[in-house]
Amino acid sequence: MIPELGNFALVVALFMAFTLGVLPIVGAARNNAVLMGVARPLAAGQFVLIGFSLLCLGYAFVGNDFSVLYVAQHSNTQLPTVYRISAIWGGHEGSLLLWAFLLSLWTLAVAMYSKHLPEEMVARVLGVMGLIAVGFLLFMLMTSNPFDRLLPAAADGRDLNPLLQDPGLVIHPPMLYMGYVGFSVAFAFAIAALLGGRLDATWARWSRPWTTVAWVFMTLGIALGSWWAYYELGWGGWWFWDPVENASLMPWLLGTALMHSLAVTEKRNAFKSWTVLLAISAFSLSLLGTFLVRSGVLTSVHSFAADPKRGIFILTFLVVVIGVSLLLFAWRAPKIGLGGKFDLLSRESLLLSNNVLLSVASASVFIGTLYPLFMDALGQGKLSVGPPYFEAVFVPLMIPMLLMMGLGPLARWKKVDAPELAKRVRWAFGAAVLIALLLPLTMGKWSVMVSLGLLLAFWIIASVSLNLRERLAGRNDFMLRLRGQSLSYYGMQIAHLGVAVFIIGVTMVKGYETERDVRMDVGDVLNTGGYEFRFNGVTEEQGPNYVAGKGHVTISKDGKVVTELYPEKRQYNVSGMPMTEAAIDAGLLGDLYVSLGEPIPDSNGAWAVRVYIKPFVDWIWAGCLLMSLGGILAISDRRYRIHNKRSAESAAAMPLEEKTA
Amino acid sequence: MMRFILPFVVFVVLAVFLAIGLNLNPREVPSPLIGKPAPAFTLPQLHEPAKQFSTQDMKGKVWLLNVWASWCVSCKEEHPVLMELSRRNIVPIYGLDYKDKNADAELWLKKGGDPYTLSVSDTEGRIGIEYGVYGVPETYVIDKQGVIQYKQIGPVTPQNLTEKILPLVAELQAK
Repeated sequence: MIPELGNFALVVALFMAFTLGVLPIVGAARNNAVLMGVARPLAAGQFVLIGFSLLCLGYAFVGNDFSVLYVAQHSNTQLPTVYRISAIWGGHEGSLLLWAFLLSLWTLAVAMYSKHLPEEMVARVLGVMGLIAVGFLLFMLMTSNPFDRLLPAAADGRDLNPLLQDPGLVIHPPMLYMGYVGFSVAFAFAIAALLGGRLDATWARWSRPWTTVAWVFMTLGIALGSWWAYYELGWGGWWFWDPVENASLMPWLLGTALMHSLAVTEKRNAFKSWTVLLAISAFSLSLLGTFLVRSGVLTSVHSFAADPKRGIFILTFLVVVIGVSLLLFAWRAPKIGLGGKFDLLSRESLLLSNNVLLSVASASVFIGTLYPLFMDALGQGKLSVGPPYFEAVFVPLMIPMLLMMGLGPLARWKKVDAPELAKRVRWAFGAAVLIALLLPLTMGKWSVMVSLGLLLAFWIIASVSLNLRERLAGRNDFMLRLRGQSLSYYGMQIAHLGVAVFIIGVTMVKGYETERDVRMDVGDVLNTGGYEFRFNGVTEEQGPNYVAGKGHVTISKDGKVVTELYPEKRQYNVSGMPMTEAAIDAGLLGDLYVSLGEPIPDSNGAWAVRVYIKPFVDWIWAGCLLMSLGGILAISDRRYRIHNKRSAESAAAMPLEEKTA
Repeated sequence: MMRFILPFVVFVVLAVFLAIGLNLNPREVPSPLIGKPAPAFTLPQLHEPAKQFSTQDMKGKVWLLNVWASWCVSCKEEHPVLMELSRRNIVPIYGLDYKDKNADAELWLKKGGDPYTLSVSDTEGRIGIEYGVYGVPETYVIDKQGVIQYKQIGPVTPQNLTEKILPLVAELQAK
């Protein structure tokens, strides 16, 4: 009964979404207050219904209702409860439901926090989001209903893929989806602005905080996914350029460009059509990512089972949403005008260059990901594009971007006096060069790539410090100046520092990691990287739904025990799938990483053991955390909490905190 | 006006490719080679490039040909399953290292363990084309007469191993 209620709620939600997608938009066009007024209640109703539906599915999972096909495919009576809950999004149908739920959540959030916006804007934004919800609900009900029955019911379920039975994967999909879906808000604002013909600073001001929130979620989601790959796959890598990883990286890159472009549009009223195009593209790539994952056109670890019917539906949906938006853009954008003028060298031009580089980087990832498909479609044979392509293309694009990233916040709007800027930064740049040249020597090995990576990182750190110094040093009270800077200013600096921390992590791991694969008998000792690894053998252990061989490795340095690690090799009861659980001793300066390979046949308990020493690897994720923190600070800024109604003119003319820069 | 329509035009081209891509679905298309003799090849062995391996050597045996590469992510997913299978000693697994560098491939096997009786290097991917490789990994079940009986596109999972591959191998070995 409960699953039918969930299904019914979805059907009603579909009608609500359809009404939400039509009436308020018509109302906005005819200036009809009644039609526009239904938007908020409908958004709330849609949220309640989809939320209820999600609860129904959760109920079926927790109660082991194997008469629901989706539950029977993705759960099992032996599965611990927390994974029964996360199994809701462990497969195709359920993750779509999560997608739809998060979309309704964002819609509700816009409905609630838009009291200061003009009615017709709210009506259009909510209407566009309603139309997107129509697509996803239709998709679910027509091709992938999570409530489909399995009659007669299965005696027990087929269990959740053991790869997904992990704390990291409990929260990774919701985070990432919050990001994907969150870009729909910026998209809806852009479409609403195109429909209304009003693309000005106010529009950018409204979409900025929403874009930043979505970006923060996406950053955290991607970081979690990468961290999961690092400790769960047991191979010690943190990014594989897998199509599905790329599907999240592309909208992230464009989202980053969009965030910066919106800042320029808000403050300088420039780049308007470019910003709109970015908002459309970022969300389009989110949709495209969904298409790539769901349709099975590309093979990947993450792909769910391919179903051509689903592929055709998503492709049609994609064509309608993106096609109509881009046509609307082509029709309306020429009337937008160019906005504020700026010089060849100015903060605007630096931001624009970075925007272009980020977009090109995104395009290069796009081409690499879809190249096999293009070649195949052209009858040129089957091939795959591997990490060497991505590294060869992506890295050179990032170098100028990172160099300019240091300059951007130091440069003035409109016009930069180049010699003056060069004079301001010369010490900062010199310090960065010096550190980059000397620091690798202390690690015992100097290489160009390490030095280059460190140069980029320390250049950003130095330019952030310089910027802070220029802002905070002065005659009057230091504390007063410290408090005088806006939160969004600190947010930007922290996010930029996050990028530097991230680069340090990537550079150091790539340059100085140690990998050893050895056969170890019980009692064997391996000396590497200044550590001593003693293998104490493997014992069998019973988990809730698996049997594990649990290894025991003692690590010591200079005769003193540093830590004990217990890597596992698990065999899951239901699926029979073997899984590697690496054991990691994480630290600020690096990780000690041990995972079990295979038992050596015909030996007395010997195993192939994999030992990695990964210097500074956690800085990769720490950098992502800092970037997210920067985003959170930026949206906590007072400016965004002023909810009174403003006219476009006064908003554009409001004092800008960076005018003094 | 023209430059503003450009994004739309680009998108239309892309959509056409995606539509074609749907019909080329790598997992949906069955191999035309099933039931036909496996294309014969002679290739240098990965570990000892001086030695050659030929499909002729395999006459009279049921064997698996697994297409893999060190750059392939899904191969990592399938790898523990193959290791388990090789330990059980039911059927020999031969690896076709597809479009790969020998050094990378050897390192990969050293790191993760080597489930293969032996691997051969198909550096140019020519043999892969003859076998109609759609994507890496792929696994072929080849019978005593050298006929391809089954083709697994994508990673071998414990499920399709126990449900399809192993019963088929047992049946073919009994013949």
